[in-house]
Amino acid sequence: MNSAWWNALAGGGLIGLAVSLMLLWNGRVTGISGIFYGLFTRNPRERDWRLSFILGLIFGGIALRLFAPQSFGPAGLAPDGLVFAAGLLVGFGTVLGSGCTSGHGICGISRLSPRSLVATGAFMGAGILTVALLRSLGAIP
Amino acid sequence: MKNNVGAFIVGLLFALGLGISGMTDPQKVLGFLDLFGAWDPSLAFVMLGAVGLHLISYRLIRRRQTPLFSAQWEVPPNSPLTPSLIAGAVIFGVGWGLAGYCPGPGITALASFELRPFVFVAGMILGMLVFKWVNLRFKFRR
Repeated sequence: MNSAWWNALAGGGLIGLAVSLMLLWNGRVTGISGIFYGLFTRNPRERDWRLSFILGLIFGGIALRLFAPQSFGPAGLAPDGLVFAAGLLVGFGTVLGSGCTSGHGICGISRLSPRSLVATGAFMGAGILTVALLRSLGAIP
Repeated sequence: MKNNVGAFIVGLLFALGLGISGMTDPQKVLGFLDLFGAWDPSLAFVMLGAVGLHLISYRLIRRRQTPLFSAQWEVPPNSPLTPSLIAGAVIFGVGWGLAGYCPGPGITALASFELRPFVFVAGMILGMLVFKWVNLRFKFRR
């Protein structure tokens, strides 16, 4: 195994620890799209823990920026219009599909939820086909 | 209060895990999805690490009567499969494959102060608001 694999395994373990603590402490699933969408829909009493979680993500991001700035990859490879369109699809799709990589891909599969297994297969398949299409159009060098 | 501190710590650990694993680098994510090209399989180990641990911890934690800082469990029930679930997941997957960001890494990458994650998160917020508006009319059975 090379170092990228070890890093991925270790980072994945840390994510597994994080979602376990969310369950143990707050009794909740760490579904990031759902937590974020709740900021625009739920009553104010439901808002504080969601905002705290999002702030935690951003503070974690600041720590990465300080100690491992290469984590964010090379800047600005995709055109802004494409990135915005990607955001639109991700925002709409994750709410319609009740979850994203964290809620379905990690928490749902760990519960062996049939819905999450199907959703994860669907978004992985669609992502793979999208990249293959971009490649066939010559958009990927 | 404990709920909020807990959620903050979870967010912090989650972001560090994303960064260490390589999920916050969109080029790396696109390499993982590039199964028919220059495939980089390393990110499969993120899921292996996270699910491997949580498969066990989920069962141990659910033996408790209640969570530590809350009166009851808020885990989603096993609802039936719906067309919305599959359509939504496919739409999300297309967006993921276009830019290499899913929601967690997109939000975490705001801390890089580069333009790209801001453009992505702005699009994501608009996409969610569009859903909210469309759902008022169509009432999707999710």
